[in-house]
Amino acid sequence: MGYFELIISCIFVNNILLAQFLGNCPFLGTSKKMETAVGMGMAVIFVLVMAGTITWLVYTFILVKFGLVYLRTIAFIVIIASLVQFVEMFLKKSIPALYAGLGIFLPLITTNCAVMGVCVLNIDKEFTFLQALVASLFYAVGFGLALVLFAGLRERILLARVPRPLQDTSIALITAGMISLAFFAFQGMV
Amino acid sequence: MVESILFTFALGAVCGTILSFASKIFYVYEDPRIAKVENLLAGANCGGCGFAGCSAAAEAIVAEEAPANACILVGTESVSEIAIIMGSEAGTAEPLKSYNNCDGGIRATDRFIYDGLNTCSAVTSFYGGKRDCSIGCLGFGDCVRACGFDALHIGSSGYPEVDKEKCVGCGACEAACPKSILEVRTVSQRLLHLNAYDDALAPCAQTCPAEIDIPRYIGHIRKGEYEAAVNTIRERNPLLLACGRVCPHPCESYCRRGIEDEPVSINQLKRFVADYEMNSGKRIPIECAPDTGKRVAVIGGGPAGLSCAFFLRRIGHHPEIFEAMPKLGGMLRYGIPEYRLPKKVLDWEIDGILNLGIDDHTNVRLGVDFDFGSLIASGFDAVFFSVGAWNDYNLGIPGEDLDGCFTGIDFLAKIGNNEKVSIGQRVAVIGGGNTAIDCCRTLLRKGVNKVYLVYRRTRKEMPANEVEIVASEHEGIEFVFLAAPNAVVGNEDNQVTGLEYLKMELGEPDASGRRRPVPIEGSETVLDVDMIITAIGQSPLLAFRGKGDRLDELTITRWNTFEVEPATCQTNVPYIFAAGDSATGPALVVDAIGGGRKAARSIDLFLSGKPVVAQPEFLLNKHIPGTIFESVDGIVRKKRTEMPELPVAARINNLNEVDLVITETDALYESDRCLNCCRICYNADS
Repeated sequence: MGYFELIISCIFVNNILLAQFLGNCPFLGTSKKMETAVGMGMAVIFVLVMAGTITWLVYTFILVKFGLVYLRTIAFIVIIASLVQFVEMFLKKSIPALYAGLGIFLPLITTNCAVMGVCVLNIDKEFTFLQALVASLFYAVGFGLALVLFAGLRERILLARVPRPLQDTSIALITAGMISLAFFAFQGMV
Repeated sequence: MVESILFTFALGAVCGTILSFASKIFYVYEDPRIAKVENLLAGANCGGCGFAGCSAAAEAIVAEEAPANACILVGTESVSEIAIIMGSEAGTAEPLKSYNNCDGGIRATDRFIYDGLNTCSAVTSFYGGKRDCSIGCLGFGDCVRACGFDALHIGSSGYPEVDKEKCVGCGACEAACPKSILEVRTVSQRLLHLNAYDDALAPCAQTCPAEIDIPRYIGHIRKGEYEAAVNTIRERNPLLLACGRVCPHPCESYCRRGIEDEPVSINQLKRFVADYEMNSGKRIPIECAPDTGKRVAVIGGGPAGLSCAFFLRRIGHHPEIFEAMPKLGGMLRYGIPEYRLPKKVLDWEIDGILNLGIDDHTNVRLGVDFDFGSLIASGFDAVFFSVGAWNDYNLGIPGEDLDGCFTGIDFLAKIGNNEKVSIGQRVAVIGGGNTAIDCCRTLLRKGVNKVYLVYRRTRKEMPANEVEIVASEHEGIEFVFLAAPNAVVGNEDNQVTGLEYLKMELGEPDASGRRRPVPIEGSETVLDVDMIITAIGQSPLLAFRGKGDRLDELTITRWNTFEVEPATCQTNVPYIFAAGDSATGPALVVDAIGGGRKAARSIDLFLSGKPVVAQPEFLLNKHIPGTIFESVDGIVRKKRTEMPELPVAARINNLNEVDLVITETDALYESDRCLNCCRICYNADS
């Protein structure tokens, strides 16, 4: 598989939110406003690239080497959590502007299953290091894209006539389902 | 098995070590107070305070961007503990409350029929909402849904009503409202707010120089809530007894009823509630914010000084008034005669203001009894000048120094101070303003046989209040119009015997729009009088300057007034502020009161270390475009309540108050004539 196909696959065909259904919690939680959606998208891109590459390195050079692949989940959890903490501290000191921009979303990502999912997928699909790097980046881009699209829709849904039982989260889930169906049109392209 | 345990340990150790080093390397100093404050907050991360979680709120509190009571969930105990952590200066635990400013509701008209989702935010996205009024309430109740404390409901008139008991001031309603109808403010913020272009203001409230919320207090009177009416007036004007008597009520000229009918007698209603409080025998308590410990010197205890001191005190500062005359009140006491504003009424009102905890020093004149340098050295953080305009202009004609020549304010002040003045039998008062009329009417009451008012234009151009002119006509004052004094005639004893004047005719309009009087050649006439009072205007007396202190740096205009930034009342010396006649030149009492409050706002900004800037979108007594109508629909003519007054025979030989207060029945009737206007909607009669 070439890199172009990999990119298309990560953003559209296997979109982490709409095709893999990972990270639905922040998807619903941070998509009420475009501003927060963009913030969350940026934070995910930042963290996912780092987490995807580091977990790949740890897996390949430590877990496989010592025959400890069964410790993958627990190792990845610890690594992602430490990484997010580390990044938070680093940004606070070195790039306060970015830290203020990402704000509350950075620590939220510690518990984002999309990050964990991408790290695991990288391993399951037996990507090379470069492929893992590209995949992590564009899965995150796909996440951001879906989030921003969805936030745009939800801002308009607010102004639409929605029957009372379906308002807010209900209509959001239905809409998410329909976008997801639309994304299924990409299936089989790559 | 062993490997996995070892690996897990190793992973933990590595991560732990990296994080420990990172913590050390990337450590950012945080104010230890943040952690302390955060411990005292609820920890629910509810966002009710308007910040992203409790840590953000704690940071904001420590950065003094949020008050100690920002958290809506913790009790007063925690709030006071936070205030202690923050030190006294940030510990103003003044409660926030939500206020609705729109009275429109269902009476307001719609621009289009809206059939969409029933939320305010939805309808706002269509051309800013369905209402004709650009700021009006849309009535779908986004605020009611946003309120977590059940303190809001949409009332029967179709606008939100706030339950003050339940409101915690969390700000959720303000954030939810797309129109800024609901405002969450402290009392101080409300007291210092100046009228702005996007406020819900009736034409009368836009016109009032003191910016009183007139429809609101008339609404209170209509419901019989006289105390609430007094409180509403006191949010803008501490001198309601005085203003209720002497204000020429510019508001009534813009009364919407006045377009089709006679205007509502707004000032009579103000006087009615003010007298109601005084006659009730007890003072309505006045709410003040917690002390800030800042001291402000107020130079001049006239209406501007009293107003500024009153508002500074109410927002927690400590003003001290320095007055040159024996008693406070300024022109109210020494310029306005007893028969218009009885001294005991004024005393009662001033006592009420001083009772808030304002110190006053009388009989002390700046530059004579104390100097500016020692004032600053004694620890005042700011100085407010409201020294008034006490310097009478002279005519500049020969003979003005003869015995029997007086100037207007000087004469009135002597009478007001119970000084002995030798009064003639036939007196000419020169000038067409209120001071001239006051002199004439005072003279009559002092037993003068004949009083002439000599004015160089005609009755139409007289700047005095119409009611005053009418009253003086009733009392038998003789007007000599189109007469320009030429010389004062005297005898060998240096005593005035007559006033020579030139007859005039009206020519082309001048800069003020009034027709300029032109003298007629050879028309010299002598008026046989033995006393002359010149009342042709005043300017401030700034004799305290020139002593080599900061006051010499002040910029003075060519009218001898302080040059101030009109929107802030700040002079070119940052800690010196000025308002009233000494900044504007002679003007109305109500202008001085408005100026005093405007200055109080600026002084508060200055004392809290913020830049002294004009309030955004402030109105400054201009009118909001589109709110002044040519015609008004739905008015049924109802007669305006006449002002009761003493009959002429009963008043001209004494100093009893001429204008009387209206009865409660009349007040209720008159308040019912009010259309309760806002910007464009109002309650029509039919």
